[in-house]
Amino acid sequence: MRKDLVVETRSMEVVYTSALFAVLCVLVFAFGFVQDGRADSAAAAAILWIAIAFAGTLALARVFDRERQNETLRAMLLAPVPRPALYLGKLAGVLTLLLVVEALVVPLVALWFQAALFRHAALMAGLILAGSTGYAAVGTLFAAMLARSRSRASLLPLLLYPITIPVIIAGVRGTAALLQPDADLPVARAWLMMLVSFDAVFITLSLWLFEPTMTE
Amino acid sequence: MPGLRGPVASADFRSLTFRDVTRHFGRRRALHHVTFTCEAGEIVAVLGANGAGKSTLLSIAATLLTPSAGIVLYGAQSARDGGIALRGRIGVLGHDLYLYPELTAAENLAFFARLYGMANVEAVVSASLTRAALLECAGEPVSSFSRGMRQRLALERALLHSPRLLLLDEPFTGLDDTASGILRERLLESKRSGAIVVVTTHDLESIEALVDTAFVLTAGRAEPLRAGPGSLRQRYRSHVVS
Repeated sequence: MRKDLVVETRSMEVVYTSALFAVLCVLVFAFGFVQDGRADSAAAAAILWIAIAFAGTLALARVFDRERQNETLRAMLLAPVPRPALYLGKLAGVLTLLLVVEALVVPLVALWFQAALFRHAALMAGLILAGSTGYAAVGTLFAAMLARSRSRASLLPLLLYPITIPVIIAGVRGTAALLQPDADLPVARAWLMMLVSFDAVFITLSLWLFEPTMTE
Repeated sequence: MPGLRGPVASADFRSLTFRDVTRHFGRRRALHHVTFTCEAGEIVAVLGANGAGKSTLLSIAATLLTPSAGIVLYGAQSARDGGIALRGRIGVLGHDLYLYPELTAAENLAFFARLYGMANVEAVVSASLTRAALLECAGEPVSSFSRGMRQRLALERALLHSPRLLLLDEPFTGLDDTASGILRERLLESKRSGAIVVVTTHDLESIEALVDTAFVLTAGRAEPLRAGPGSLRQRYRSHVVS
């Protein structure tokens, strides 16, 4: 993970691309949905998660690029470390990049949509962290599976979006519950628990599947 | 082995055996009933035309590919039995150099040293850079290096953990005479330390004086190169013609 972050800090390729895309996404929706300085709270929730999902896809599409271009993936697979540890390192790297993008996008959504995203900050942070983890967990596994595929750019969204729909739905509904004028905290907590359950299932399955995926 | 920690250090083996190994890619047969044994302290050359199966053979020996049939033994154990510890005793210098161009020479070596669980990472990196004659460029990104400099760095990366089995795919590519000499010396050091060295190359003159055994792969089949008079290239040519 540290190596990925060092390389990314030097090139800023993924952060710039994902962040710019997410900001543009929020800006375009703001023009469409915000009337007289206000927008439907459910729309703000949906747009936040659309921005996260699309920015995440851009980051995931590049996650194994450096290993593929220089064949360093083979060197990493040769190393005397459990292969699931390589998956966890990549997942942590993707998640960190995603959280950097979210640190930019969340205040923008709060500002442009007048959404009370910071009213229950801890619960909101929990929803974003759990949702991002689930999304990145599945995405990192698929990115690894497609690392050697020529059509990985088109196949990744095709595989990723159907599987992560529960994560997106839970994120949107949980966020919408928090953004209501009278925040529905029990409902938001229920969606958060559901996200945590998804994370547990997705990460367990990914750890189990990573080694066979990487063995030619 | 000095510098290595944990189970990796105890996974030593003294021979590599391919027993009736076959490998298919779909309908294409890359290796066909390949059988041979290499012993510790031997340098073995694998010769053959492009597409003969040399890289496939190295990938199987490196545990990166599994055979479609047959068995590969490291001492008395298979790759599955040896697991993580066995992988830690293999060093590979591939045709692609397995280096991150965005990282500096020192960062590349330090990354792999940590991946191999080595102690004293800084000292190990410094010693490797000195051997590669790259100490002065330690802080420069690998993307600014010439092919020869990258090749030298990649060799040190492969040797970083003092492997028992060293697999080299076209190691003389892009090296000038001085660097070729350094590489030959490093291979002899590995041989003297009891490593098994398997080299594929078309540069037969460079390995002439090093090789203990050679065999030729032809369309996936392995045949020993007969001993006799003449240079390695002459014997290889006469083998191919016959």
